[in-house]
Amino acid sequence: MNTPLIKTPKSDPGLFDYLPYDSRPKISWPSGARVALWIAPNIEFYEYAPPPNPQRKPWPRPLPDILSYATRDYGNRVGHQRMMRVMDKYGLRGSVSLSAATLIHHPEVIELAAARDWEFFSHGIYNTRYTYGLDEAQEREMIEESMALIKQHTGQHCDGYLAPALSHSESTIDLFAEAGGAYTCDLFHDDQPTPVHTRSGKRFVSVPYSLELNDTITYVVNKIEPRRYGQMIKDAFDRLYAEGEHSGTVMCVPLHAYQVSHPHRIRAFEEAMDYICSHAGVWKATGREIAQHYLKHSYDDALAAIAAVAKEDAA
Amino acid sequence: MSMDRSYLEYPMRRHGMDQDRYAWSMLADRAPVNWPQGKPLALWLNLSLEHFPLDARGEGFKAPGNMTMPYPDLRHYTLRDYGNRVGVFRVLDALKKHDLQASLAVNGELAQRYPALLRRLHATGFELLGHGWNMDSIHYGGLDPAREREWIERSLAALAPYASHPVRGWLSPARSQSENTPELLRAAGLDWCADWVNDELPYAFHTREGDLSIMPLSLELEDRFIVGDNLHAESDYADEIIDACDFLLDEARRTGHGRMLALNIHPWVMGQPHRIKHLERIFAHFATHTDAIWNAAPSEILAAAHPAKSPA
Repeated sequence: MNTPLIKTPKSDPGLFDYLPYDSRPKISWPSGARVALWIAPNIEFYEYAPPPNPQRKPWPRPLPDILSYATRDYGNRVGHQRMMRVMDKYGLRGSVSLSAATLIHHPEVIELAAARDWEFFSHGIYNTRYTYGLDEAQEREMIEESMALIKQHTGQHCDGYLAPALSHSESTIDLFAEAGGAYTCDLFHDDQPTPVHTRSGKRFVSVPYSLELNDTITYVVNKIEPRRYGQMIKDAFDRLYAEGEHSGTVMCVPLHAYQVSHPHRIRAFEEAMDYICSHAGVWKATGREIAQHYLKHSYDDALAAIAAVAKEDAA
Repeated sequence: MSMDRSYLEYPMRRHGMDQDRYAWSMLADRAPVNWPQGKPLALWLNLSLEHFPLDARGEGFKAPGNMTMPYPDLRHYTLRDYGNRVGVFRVLDALKKHDLQASLAVNGELAQRYPALLRRLHATGFELLGHGWNMDSIHYGGLDPAREREWIERSLAALAPYASHPVRGWLSPARSQSENTPELLRAAGLDWCADWVNDELPYAFHTREGDLSIMPLSLELEDRFIVGDNLHAESDYADEIIDACDFLLDEARRTGHGRMLALNIHPWVMGQPHRIKHLERIFAHFATHTDAIWNAAPSEILAAAHPAKSPA
């Protein structure tokens, strides 16, 4: 006898359905590529004197926490152009996870990215303003303002969202879909895109964004050595490339110029990109391109496969 | 209860920085810096010589490396003191062997406690930097300015007998500043400080007492940070610095703009017998590039960089 499954909205938000990796419809990327590679540079602004949020301290030390602030500022002053140079060398366009206030503080950085035909998606207003404690109207205002700023300054429609500092509410994904978004980077459950349920019922997709290969997670949280980080990127690629022979996979490398562009770290990243880009069958894509291709060519197949799994469960 | 409406107001959203301490500019856009003899890379080595009181109060916060165990935390206290007794002499020998010079950031209380150490440091001829009173005297937001001024003056007075020239530079304990620190440093006659880690070349920094210069001293390449916080192997520490050195040399040659490698070294970390050989490997790497590396005192590097002429 199986114990009846008790699923409450709090225990599982029901954002996506189970779809086992061994029984999925084939994903075909453009030109028969095996892996869709997307690089997601975070272009962020962290405030010198952010307002307090009861649920999260922006900085560990008493304000002014000049060490934390200056560490991030390094990315904008020194880092971005080093990162861009490596990406240019390998024909990689960034999909920018953008603190929208950077459009105003540092338009010079945005111009460098826009000149390279990079995508901009929303990462909130500042990375020191969290979603925690905002009511739905307030969070909607933050999301819509960030999207409007991107439109105003870059002419681009904002298709993607990564919540500021990964601070989420129960409404984040619904609100972004309702504001006209197409994909989220806030879910880390898969190596392929998946359909996401939203309360508006819009066709909306999760594009894989890797925390494990995120330079801040590897360097700050997991305290990985730079050369080992480079090797981890190569190893992840090898596996996703091999599996991509059967069905297209997604590889995301999220970056922060204040981490990856230090002189002792940039070489490891460059070598990893050199390795990956020496392979045929790599689709150098943006988050938007991956989302749109999937919505057009694979989304309905995935829904059918999910329905089949549900039928299997019911039998 | 939801957040107050003010959480979505952004009074400092404007072009440039959200504070008035320094101008916004990107390193790649600045006028070229040229070091003496046309060398592409300036090398600043700094040794931090520190006293961690056994009865640390942690006012503001506890500096990294501070006491963590119940009093008396002899374990951390003595390991820090090891650097001043043994480790520093190993590091000085390694510098001498490779004909390198360093600056010395010294806590004022350490100078007062160990005159014999300071006499030996003085004999090296290396530049002395103010490094606060001790590692439990943190310059944090909210610190009483009169008290902070007294700490700075007392720290500099303790170093004065051992300084061949007036002390010009400063490194705050734990690289922390109060909202008044830059003004107080300037008022105490200092020209530059190394607390800010947002750049790789010197730049101008505004205070109500006139401009200071910032001399960037990498945190991410610091021994205590890499080996102590990140727990990377000693050999990786050496690899990371060698990679940084090679990258900066290459970038400087490619762009024609001088670059700077600035390393902060703690004798209580790298002066250990199982670590010193890795520091020696780094120094040996520098020694193979003497045609390209200009190793100098930080005040000399600052003078050559002319930060006042840069847009920052």
